[in-house]
Amino acid sequence: MKVEAKLEFQPSTEPKIGADLLINLLIKEGVDTIFGYPGGAVLPIYDGIYRAKGRINHILFRHEQGMIHAAEGYARITGKPGVVIATSGPGATNLVTGITDAMMDSLPLVIFTGQVARSVIGTDAFQEADVMAITTPITKHNYQVQDITDLPRIVKEAFHIASTGRPGPVLVDVPKDISASILDSDVPEDACIDLPGYQPTLKPNPLQIRKLADTLEKASRPVILSGAGVLHAHASDELTAFAEKHQLPVVNTLLGLGTFPADSPLSLGMGGMHGTYAANMALYECDLLINFGARFDDRLTGNLKHFAPNAKVAHIDIDPAEIGKNVPTQIPIVADAKEALKELLSQTNASPEHGSWLEKLTNYKQEYPLWYKLDPSGMSPQWLIEAIHKATKGEAIVATDVGQHQMWAAQYYTFNRPHRWITSGGLGTMGFGFPAAIGAQVASPESTVVAIVGDAGFQMTLQELSVIYEQNLPVKIFIVNNGALGMVRQWQELLHGNRISESILGSQPNFVKLAESYGIRGQRIDTQEDLIASLPELIAYDGPLLVDCRVMQQEKVFPMMAPGKGLHELIGVKPI
Amino acid sequence: MKRIITLTVRDRSGVLNRVTGLLQRRQFNIASISVGPTETEGVSKMTLVVEVEDEQRLEQVTKQLNKQIDVLKVSDITDKAIVVRELALIKVSSSAQLRSEINGIIDPFRALIIDVSKDSLAVQITGRPDKIDALIELLRPYGIKEIARTGLTAFQRGHQPQVNDIPSYTLLK
Ligand SMILES: Cc1ncc(C[n+]2csc(CCOP(=O)(O)OP(=O)(O)O)c2C)c(N)n1
Repeated sequence: MKVEAKLEFQPSTEPKIGADLLINLLIKEGVDTIFGYPGGAVLPIYDGIYRAKGRINHILFRHEQGMIHAAEGYARITGKPGVVIATSGPGATNLVTGITDAMMDSLPLVIFTGQVARSVIGTDAFQEADVMAITTPITKHNYQVQDITDLPRIVKEAFHIASTGRPGPVLVDVPKDISASILDSDVPEDACIDLPGYQPTLKPNPLQIRKLADTLEKASRPVILSGAGVLHAHASDELTAFAEKHQLPVVNTLLGLGTFPADSPLSLGMGGMHGTYAANMALYECDLLINFGARFDDRLTGNLKHFAPNAKVAHIDIDPAEIGKNVPTQIPIVADAKEALKELLSQTNASPEHGSWLEKLTNYKQEYPLWYKLDPSGMSPQWLIEAIHKATKGEAIVATDVGQHQMWAAQYYTFNRPHRWITSGGLGTMGFGFPAAIGAQVASPESTVVAIVGDAGFQMTLQELSVIYEQNLPVKIFIVNNGALGMVRQWQELLHGNRISESILGSQPNFVKLAESYGIRGQRIDTQEDLIASLPELIAYDGPLLVDCRVMQQEKVFPMMAPGKGLHELIGVKPI
Repeated sequence: MKRIITLTVRDRSGVLNRVTGLLQRRQFNIASISVGPTETEGVSKMTLVVEVEDEQRLEQVTKQLNKQIDVLKVSDITDKAIVVRELALIKVSSSAQLRSEINGIIDPFRALIIDVSKDSLAVQITGRPDKIDALIELLRPYGIKEIARTGLTAFQRGHQPQVNDIPSYTLLK
């Protein structure tokens, strides 16, 4: 009797349940980290995680939004899907912002949400939400598991869909009775993908490649636009080789920063609303625009009437639906950017004769560089970013939140390498930056990871300070603290008759004490001298760190293309 | 312009919602939609009539539909040789005296009276939507009480007259 009772508590004799199968499948997919938060409907899954200790790492966040942004940061750095587990109802709805963000910025995620048991779905059961309907428009695809024997196939398909073609979030809704179901020993773990409706085109059409090569040869004002598709395709080297081979100037999108070395003489920097004069004028005046993996977002193009008005447009994109969506395209090429670039590099065409164009652009760069004024008594935010750039030798992984500081980081933290830059482009999600930095640090423990955040956005997800303390993740948080919703304040000043409406923060926590209360070192910096004195030590500090940097509130991001304006109508291109 | 777009889709839960949700989100107007099983098990066919402003929007709608994982094939068959049918049920006010007069109207349309009551009768008509519209106009003076239409369904004729054998959906258009 005694022996039998003891045996009952041996984990090995516990029956295997659906959740154990799920965890096994995740391990098989090569998942090393789960970004998760438990709750009623995922309790069986957490049993599975409990039993799989040592085989898979789980990080407990403090809010589902924080954890999904962390998974996005992880995905951005590794290129692998970030894996998220949340409970039904409120757990799932708390993910919605992050799922949308990942959808807009094409980040691979595989998200598992708990669901109420199949027998009560549709009865407004406790913590039931129609997650399938809610997430259909914001996922690349979603599944609700109806039968445990489908799980191996669904998991395999979810990872496949998330990480191939144009990446994106895939959600799997798992009813509690499925994850809790006792497994028949004969549920096979192997499954085949069954996706006849999903076959991304990777190889470019050779005729179109030839057409582009021929058109390029005859162009006199060619320019490359390089977007995040180049990152997903790991095609930076090919892009750089192609640009250098034909001496083509390169404009980066916000998300495409790092795909082309910023210190190359061919680099024009970022284009768009807060892009450089040279980049925007190149897009405006070109006669051939070759877009690799950018989706012609309106923050890049400005008023479409004035976007590349005299150019032939070639657009290389793995997602056919992006081609011709916003900008009429004469040379459409559906392909993976790397495949297309390899083909282009093997063409034997001569380079275009565009010396005077390059000269003109170089003049633009010299005549209209980015500019800012130093704050004699305090600290100007642009200078702060430059100082961080210098102290980290431009080699850090930088995650930003959304607002002015994001644009300054994009302008002044220049990258010569890809996969170091994490920012929320399409959705512009405040609260993204800090948790995304956590995910990046998890993905790349040896790297210096810097979170550059605004004082307002940071407060949307700061609860994750617990996570960097607990996991001892040496994320360096720099709050660009202007005491305002800076970007909103800027728009109000410039575009809304200086009606500064609800964009000044009336009170703030003491960020240093806040950090300390989480067990994290905090430091406040008020002046340039302060920063110069302490920055090397701060960057070298081996642990999580929050730096509250006080900057001038009035500072604005320039140049700026006001909404509705064209690329050639930038304001603030010269010091005022 | 009105376009007829057919989709073959996997018969999975939520697929209709994926298609209509997509069209709504991207601001495409659906004039009609019909769905039913096909010759292949697990595959359904949808026939959509959508209102689009121009070629570019048309291309967008087909591309976006194609992106759906559960959508197997998208074809704009508007300009093909196609067979198009819709079914309509029309309830018309009618006394016994008017019945033969109405019969005379519907007869050339090869429509049928399928239900009769004291003061109304129900007509069933199958055909191209314009034919159905025409009959409805002719019946209107008698007083139409109710109309139920299925939305059209269509496919390509066995023989396509032109030689231009371009695939119905091309990325290189
Ligand atoms: C969730 C969310 N709410 C509102 C906005 C609108 N918004 C864009 S920038 C901004 C101000 C951000 O202020 P802060 O975080 O302090 O950064 P700063 O612009 O001052 O650098 C706001 C409110 C947003 N992008 N995201």
